[in-house]
Amino acid sequence: MSSRETKIEVDDKLPAVRMIREFDAPPSKVFRAYTDPELFAQWVGPHYLTTRIDIWDCRTGGEYRYVSSHADEEYGFRGTFHEVRPAELIVQTFSFEGYPDGVTLERMVLEELPGGRTRLTGTALCDSFESRDGLVQSGMEVGVNEGYEKLDTLLGTLP
Amino acid sequence: MAAAEKDDLSNIFAALADPTRRDIVMRLCDRDATVTELAEPYDVSVQAISKHLKVLENAGIVTRGKEAQTRPVHLDTKVFDMMTLWIERYRRAAEARFQRLDALLAQMDDHVSPMPPPKLVRTNPNPDEDHNE
Repeated sequence: MSSRETKIEVDDKLPAVRMIREFDAPPSKVFRAYTDPELFAQWVGPHYLTTRIDIWDCRTGGEYRYVSSHADEEYGFRGTFHEVRPAELIVQTFSFEGYPDGVTLERMVLEELPGGRTRLTGTALCDSFESRDGLVQSGMEVGVNEGYEKLDTLLGTLP
Repeated sequence: MAAAEKDDLSNIFAALADPTRRDIVMRLCDRDATVTELAEPYDVSVQAISKHLKVLENAGIVTRGKEAQTRPVHLDTKVFDMMTLWIERYRRAAEARFQRLDALLAQMDDHVSPMPPPKLVRTNPNPDEDHNE
């Protein structure tokens, strides 16, 4: 696996999932793609979901809400930006409106690498092992995960 | 920390990408079966089913018994660690998302500021008033 491909670590002591990925771009650029709502909406969801930014106040103490939709189905996500440190760190809460009692604490750290590159480490700390495992099992995209729909059906029936 | 074994899982996903093989695996959940029994409901030759079984065997999903005549096919559930499969699927979804980000980064100006210009986005401040009667 090359150093640029996403690595996933599932913590065995905390209900956390970590992802590590390198980018061929400096930290300020990667950070901008997270903080700018017009840019964020372009890459966060797969092509079969349309993302609409409803509320976006990306600074320490601000809130956000966005809606991903497919045909008649809408999925709302919201939270607060607990800490925003330009080109370095974003700590935010994340909640899916379909399950408002659950909340995940997400921490995204950017490190500058030589050659104008960046390492991103994103940690999602869930509120239970059950919800963490549910997050991993959801395959990240809410609703149909293209190409894996049939695999889901199969895996759901296996012992 | 657990990490996915990439090559093994690629083989498993490739093996399960075919609908006939998926169906065969589902049937093996109930009980072992011979090639003849497995081939019976499908509209293809026994040889074609044998080829499918070879793919499943190579991926470690099934094993073949030693009884010379029947060589029953058995689903190897030890290999099928569910959580490992979920992690790999999650990883692939994350990687797909980051590749979309790669494409966007390639189009962006190199010298952008890490923060966008300050602009509070708040559509629908009162959704109830959105549709006036």
